[in-house]
Amino acid sequence: MKTTLTLGLTLAAALALAQPAAANTLDKIKASGSVTMGVRESSGGLSFTVGDGKFAGFHVELCERALHDIQKQLGLAKLEIKYQPVTSQNRIPLMQNGTIDIECGSTTNNLARQKDVAFAVTTYVEEVRVAVKANSGINSLADLNGKTVATTTGTTSVQHLRKHERAHGVDFKEVYGKDHADSFLLLDSGRADAFVMDGQILAGNIAKSKNPADFKFLNEVLSVEPIAIMMRKDDPAFKKAVDDSLKALMKSGEIAKIYDKYFMQPIPPANKPIGLPASEATKAAWANPNDKPMEEYAKK
Amino acid sequence: MPRCFGSGGEITYLDWMLSAWGWTLSVSLLALLVALLFGALMGILRTTPHRGLVLLGTAWTELFRNIPLLVQIFLWYHVLPALLPPLRAVPSFLLVVMGLGLFTSARISEQVRAGIQSLSRGQRMAGLALGFTLPQTYRYVLLPVAFRIIIPPLTSESMNIIKNSSVAFAVSISELTMFALQAQEETSRGVEIYLAVTALYFLSAFAINRILHAIEVRVQIPGMIGGSR
Repeated sequence: MKTTLTLGLTLAAALALAQPAAANTLDKIKASGSVTMGVRESSGGLSFTVGDGKFAGFHVELCERALHDIQKQLGLAKLEIKYQPVTSQNRIPLMQNGTIDIECGSTTNNLARQKDVAFAVTTYVEEVRVAVKANSGINSLADLNGKTVATTTGTTSVQHLRKHERAHGVDFKEVYGKDHADSFLLLDSGRADAFVMDGQILAGNIAKSKNPADFKFLNEVLSVEPIAIMMRKDDPAFKKAVDDSLKALMKSGEIAKIYDKYFMQPIPPANKPIGLPASEATKAAWANPNDKPMEEYAKK
Repeated sequence: MPRCFGSGGEITYLDWMLSAWGWTLSVSLLALLVALLFGALMGILRTTPHRGLVLLGTAWTELFRNIPLLVQIFLWYHVLPALLPPLRAVPSFLLVVMGLGLFTSARISEQVRAGIQSLSRGQRMAGLALGFTLPQTYRYVLLPVAFRIIIPPLTSESMNIIKNSSVAFAVSISELTMFALQAQEETSRGVEIYLAVTALYFLSAFAINRILHAIEVRVQIPGMIGGSR
C-alpha cells in the first residue's frame, strides 16, 4: 500500500513538473526576485565555467546585462541570478518545464526548435570550418579526397561536408571523437587529416594545443548557424525586454567590446585567447538585429 | 526516387546502420575469441600446482578486472601507441578488440578457475594416479567437466561483450552506439533510431544466448551440475 502511495505521489510530482510553466516570465521574476539562467560548462567563449559554480562567457555576460535591464524595468531592488548547467540533450525540456528561464549557451536557432522555444535576436553567427595540420598540404576541400576527417559524435558538422563534397566526387573517411577534445586529439596525433567543427571550438582547441602554429583553417565555410539566447515560447513581453536590451548593446557598439573580452583576450581555464575575431556574418547580425532561423541563412 | 539502400557511393541511414551493426558484431566476436583464449589459459594457470603460474594468472586477472573498461580502451588507443611506436600502425579496430577482449578475459579466467575448483580434489588425483601427465589430466579429466559447468556464466559474459562493445564508439569505431548518437542528431528522429538500435543489440545478444544454450543442451552429461533435465 505504501509503495502504491509513493508511486502515486511520484507520478503526481512528475505530472506537475511536466505542466508548462507560467507563460509570463516577467511576472515570475517580479514575484520571486530571482531568475534561473541555463549555462553551458564548455561552449568555448560563449559560455563556460570558471569553477566554483561560477560561469562566464559572451552569452552569459549578454544575459546578465539583459537581466540587469529587466531588473531596472521591474523596479526590483535585488535580483538573484541562479546558474543552472544544461546540456544539448536537456536544455529544451528544462526550458519548457520552467526549470530555466533563459538559456545563455550555444543553441542554434532553427525552425525545428522554434516550434518548442523562442529565440532572442541572433548575437553570434557560428561558421562550420575545417582545421588541418599546417604542413599537411591540404589547402581546399577538394584536397580532402581519400583523407580521414574527424568530427565529434552527436554534432551535425560533418553532415554538411558529406552532403556537399560526396556529391562532387570528393571521397573521405569519417572518424568520430567522443567529445571535442578527443576529436582534436585525432587530428593532433595524425589519426585524422582534418577536423570539421564550429569555428570557435576549432580555434579554442588550437589555441590550447602545444603548438598552435601547427594548425590552420581551410578558407571554405561549410555552413553558418545563428546562435541565440533561448527563452520560453509565447512570452512576447519577456522576449521584447531581452531583445531591447541586446539591440541597445548592438546599437551602441558595446557588444563588440564584450565579444572582444571573451574571444580575443585570454580566458580561463588555459588563460589563452581563442583568437577568433567577429566574422562578417556575426557583424551583419549585430548591424541588422533579427531572429531568423538557420534555414533562412542557408537560402542565400 | 527515395530508396532504402543507396547506390553509386550514396549512403542511406539504413546502409549506415547495417554497417554499424557489422562493426558491433565484428568487434564483439573477435573480442570474445581473444577473451576465451586468454581467459581459459589464465584460469587454468591459476589452478595448477606451480606457484609461479598461479601468480601469473592471478596478476593477469587482477590487472584487467580492476581497471574500468573505458579507461582500458583509452589506454590501448591513446597511451600504448604513444609508448610503443609499432602499435601506431595497428588499426584502431584491433586495439579495441584487444582492450575489450583482455578486459573480458579477466572475468572468464575467474569463471574457469571456479569451474575447475568446483570439481572434487579426487578427480585430479585419480587422473594423475592413472599415469596421466598434468596437461593430460586437464585435457581428459578436468576441463571437459569444468567447461560444461561454466557454460551458463560464459553465456552471460558472451552477451556482455556485445553490450560492452558499445564503448568502442569512444575511440571512433562507427558501431551502433555511435551511429545512434550521430544519426539522431543529424535527423532529429531519436526515437526511431534508438528503437532500431536497441532491437539490433537485443537481437545480437539474444542470438549468442540461443547458440550457447544449444551447445549447453548438446553437451550436457546426465547427473552433472547443469546437465540434469
